[in-house]
Amino acid sequence: MLRRRVIPCLDVARGRVVKGTRFVDLVDEGDPPELAERYAREGADELVFLDITAAPEGRSTLLGIVERTARRAFIPLTVGGGVRSAAEMGAVLRAGADKVALNTAAVRDPGLITACADRFGVQAVVVAIDARRRGSDPAGGWDVVVAGGREPTFRDAVAWAREAAERGAGELLVTSIDRDGTRSGYDLELLRAVTGAVRVPVIASGGAAGPDDLIAAIRDGGADAVLAASIFHRRIYTISEVKDALAAAGLAVRRSAVAA
Amino acid sequence: MADGTPARIAIVDHGAGNLVSIGQGLESVGARTWIAAEPEAFDGADLLVLPGVGAAAPAMARLHARGLVDPIRAWIAADRPFLGICLGLQLLFETSEEDGATTLGILPGRTVPLVGAPTLPHIGWNQVERRRDHPAFDGIEDGADFYFVHSYIVCPDVAASAIVIAETVHGERFVSAIGVGNCLGLQFHPERSGTDGLRVLANVVHLAAASRGLPNAVGVA
Repeated sequence: MLRRRVIPCLDVARGRVVKGTRFVDLVDEGDPPELAERYAREGADELVFLDITAAPEGRSTLLGIVERTARRAFIPLTVGGGVRSAAEMGAVLRAGADKVALNTAAVRDPGLITACADRFGVQAVVVAIDARRRGSDPAGGWDVVVAGGREPTFRDAVAWAREAAERGAGELLVTSIDRDGTRSGYDLELLRAVTGAVRVPVIASGGAAGPDDLIAAIRDGGADAVLAASIFHRRIYTISEVKDALAAAGLAVRRSAVAA
Repeated sequence: MADGTPARIAIVDHGAGNLVSIGQGLESVGARTWIAAEPEAFDGADLLVLPGVGAAAPAMARLHARGLVDPIRAWIAADRPFLGICLGLQLLFETSEEDGATTLGILPGRTVPLVGAPTLPHIGWNQVERRRDHPAFDGIEDGADFYFVHSYIVCPDVAASAIVIAETVHGERFVSAIGVGNCLGLQFHPERSGTDGLRVLANVVHLAAASRGLPNAVGVA
């Protein structure tokens, strides 16, 4: 049976792992390769590495640090941030990433998703969607925001999710900007809207405070995988504590032998 | 290792995807690896690895363009140690319904879409259930989790069902590992499957080094 995945996220700025609240007020959380190794050892199912200042600074992903991170963890690594072309995606894969997350560049040029999927396969293409509520009314929907949460697009997040999957995204990483770093739980309505619209796996992101939120994202939100950052970086929960809770809730998880 | 030197492994480059992970995985279990983009680069290898993600037709086109198709067929026909991973497993069969590609045709059967799956692609950790023993899985618990990422599966002809080593379920039951002589094919990614994945790679490397210098067995094609 396919396991539900628990994925620690490394937001990287200037070579360090950082974590902010609603994409700002960044706090230093450590060295990317070191954290990657620790999480792999603790039983993380995958890692996501996001170079969060690449797109706003208009530069490509920092390949050296991707390479050092990939070398330390024998679990899948998704890298995002600043990938603007199939050629740049190729360079990130050659640095050791298994999948590449496209965000800003895919919104500006949706054909990029197809170009990357044709060249590297849909399984290597993750489309990351940063979504912000259009107001307090849940029926109001969500806008896609790009450039690291700085630039609204007035594109509907659910429609964009559907289009991204049709164009060749093998997976969607859906982040609620409203919940990011707030530890107030995932935006379950957003997750339900997206998972109801696509067949590709959806990774829930933004707002995890503890195991109950991860369970809700899977059970009520329909997410295939759950991503969290601050709860793991700050050792509020270990990966195995989270997996114990998921298993106790009747969800299938991978139980890896934890090496010393 | 049979003569004390590290196993030497040529990783076939068909121009797409991540060759780094598999190289790092094999090196972490003591092998020496290099990338083989032309037939001459197979020389001196104890094991040939055909990794790969992506679609069958472009991969076959690149293998043809680089003159690698016949050397790979000859390698496997001579029963020299071979490991195909993911697309590298699928290419061993005759055709792929993914894009109608004619593939290597070394094993009887075809590559078909995974149907009935709740989500596609099949991405994540899933259980590998063994149908028979195989030394590549020594020390691995039956039903252990490995990392998958694919939308197509191999469907060996009924007459060739004895090659099946393991199966996995995602919507339907499918073949996740095959073995014929020294040729091994895995649908999952051992290089990204944590400790158990590295154990499989270590077993494969050990088998390749142990067969070094032995007379080649009868061909399997």
